[in-house]
Amino acid sequence: MKPIIIIGAGMAAYSLAREVRKLDKAAALLIITADDGGFYSKPMLSNAFAQKKLAAQLISQSAVQMAEQIGAHIMTKTRVKHIDTNNKVVDTSSGAFDYAQLVIAVGAQAIRLGLAGDASDHVLSVNHIDDYATFRDKLLPDQKASARVTILGAGLIGCEFADDLAAHGHHVTLIDPNVLPLAALAAPALSQGLQAALSARGIDLRLGTTATSVDHADGAFKVTLANGDVLAADVVLSAVGLRPDLALAQSAQLATGRGIIVDSHGRTSAADVYALGDCAEYRIDNEGRTSPLPYIAPILTAARAIAKTLTGEDTEIDLKHSPVIVKTPSYPLALVPPPQHAIATGRWETEVDGDRTVCRFFDAQGVMVGFGVAPQEAKIRQALMAALGTTV
Amino acid sequence: MKTYQCIVCGLIYDEATGWPADGIAAGTKWEDVPADWECPDCGVAKADFEMVEI
Ligand SMILES: Cc1cc2nc3c(=O)[nH]c(=O)nc-3n(C[C@H](O)[C@H](O)[C@H](O)COP(=O)(O)OP(=O)(O)OC[C@H]3O[C@@H](n4cnc5c(N)ncnc54)[C@H](O)[C@@H]3O)c2cc1C
Repeated sequence: MKPIIIIGAGMAAYSLAREVRKLDKAAALLIITADDGGFYSKPMLSNAFAQKKLAAQLISQSAVQMAEQIGAHIMTKTRVKHIDTNNKVVDTSSGAFDYAQLVIAVGAQAIRLGLAGDASDHVLSVNHIDDYATFRDKLLPDQKASARVTILGAGLIGCEFADDLAAHGHHVTLIDPNVLPLAALAAPALSQGLQAALSARGIDLRLGTTATSVDHADGAFKVTLANGDVLAADVVLSAVGLRPDLALAQSAQLATGRGIIVDSHGRTSAADVYALGDCAEYRIDNEGRTSPLPYIAPILTAARAIAKTLTGEDTEIDLKHSPVIVKTPSYPLALVPPPQHAIATGRWETEVDGDRTVCRFFDAQGVMVGFGVAPQEAKIRQALMAALGTTV
Repeated sequence: MKTYQCIVCGLIYDEATGWPADGIAAGTKWEDVPADWECPDCGVAKADFEMVEI
């Protein structure tokens, strides 16, 4: 029997494998991954530092343990080089394998900025447990207590790292071309609240400017900004965003946009080939709009549906709104960003209630289609979730 | 009996039902859930990432 092959061993791949196994005890499952296949929770990478966690402590199960638990064959350190969708074969660094059904779960790649300077290739990014290990080593050479860290990008991950590292006693500078942090996801009032909280934590925010070059200087780095400022840093971390990994999909001529385009069932444009996780671009509404959804909750929802479809029960992915919780303890936010197409014609309304700021986004028809709240807690989050889709 | 929600993936832990699949009996209070228990869906560790009461 030809197996279901899953490419990747991140949250997408492992959640799918688990879900398939729940439904079908016998299905042959082959997981092929370029890394060593250890299971870890990627969201913990941006708040593990203050807890003094080593990379190894974040891996809760090895590939061997996962293989046993799921009842799958896992090939580690094996890179898929090409997919032949006509003959249903994947070509890998360890040989070719036939599949009955294939799921691409290869994730996303950190976007590299085109920085000048003789140290630009020393800029780190953290999108994998191995990156975290490298980053942690660079931050704490000889157990030094604190380092000067320059973070490029004040989005979700940049702000989380900044807060986490500052809490640990590092000197953090956070740079972003926008005039406020988290500008792409949060209402201005909440971005301002976050800015104040991060500043109060001792983080040096340089907004409305970008880094242009990174050079070696005095055993450390010199970061030059577009506004002329020059910073000294021991470590430079780029958190400017992720781009779905399209290499395999493009070489197999699958339909791609920003991500690998999938239909309401998670199927790509090739028969019996699915895509899931950070590499995928999902259908997000009935009007055919699509978007990558690089978060855990949609991965789990999609994995459950695809597992059913793979095991014989055709099932649509029913993506529900789920709030993004920003792990910035100095200003905990919960957000449901308004859909891109509604932003130009809609408006934010801000309500300040004691310490708490609640922002609701209304589209042109006056329907609430997004929100943000800080400090967030479960009750207010649930109330706001319930209010989505309602009119004023 | 209270319920808790994982802030990364949204999983609900209900003290009334516990999590028998991981050997956590019905009626187990959140504070009595072992410190090394992980969210069964997304792997976030209890100790690292408290679920929030709802
Ligand atoms: C620092 C950080 C914090 C985050 N915090 C949150 C949060 O709080 N909440 C939230 O919902 N989301 C968060 N996210 C996003 C979330 O972690 C991701 O959406 C999710 O982990 C993506 O999983 P994935 O399986 O799609 O990709 P990945 O985990 O990247 O897995 C991809 C896998 O594919 C393998 N692979 C790639 N190419 C090949 C190939 N050619 N052959 C074989 N194998 C290959 C890789 O080795 C890897 O195993 C965070 C992300 C980061 C980086």
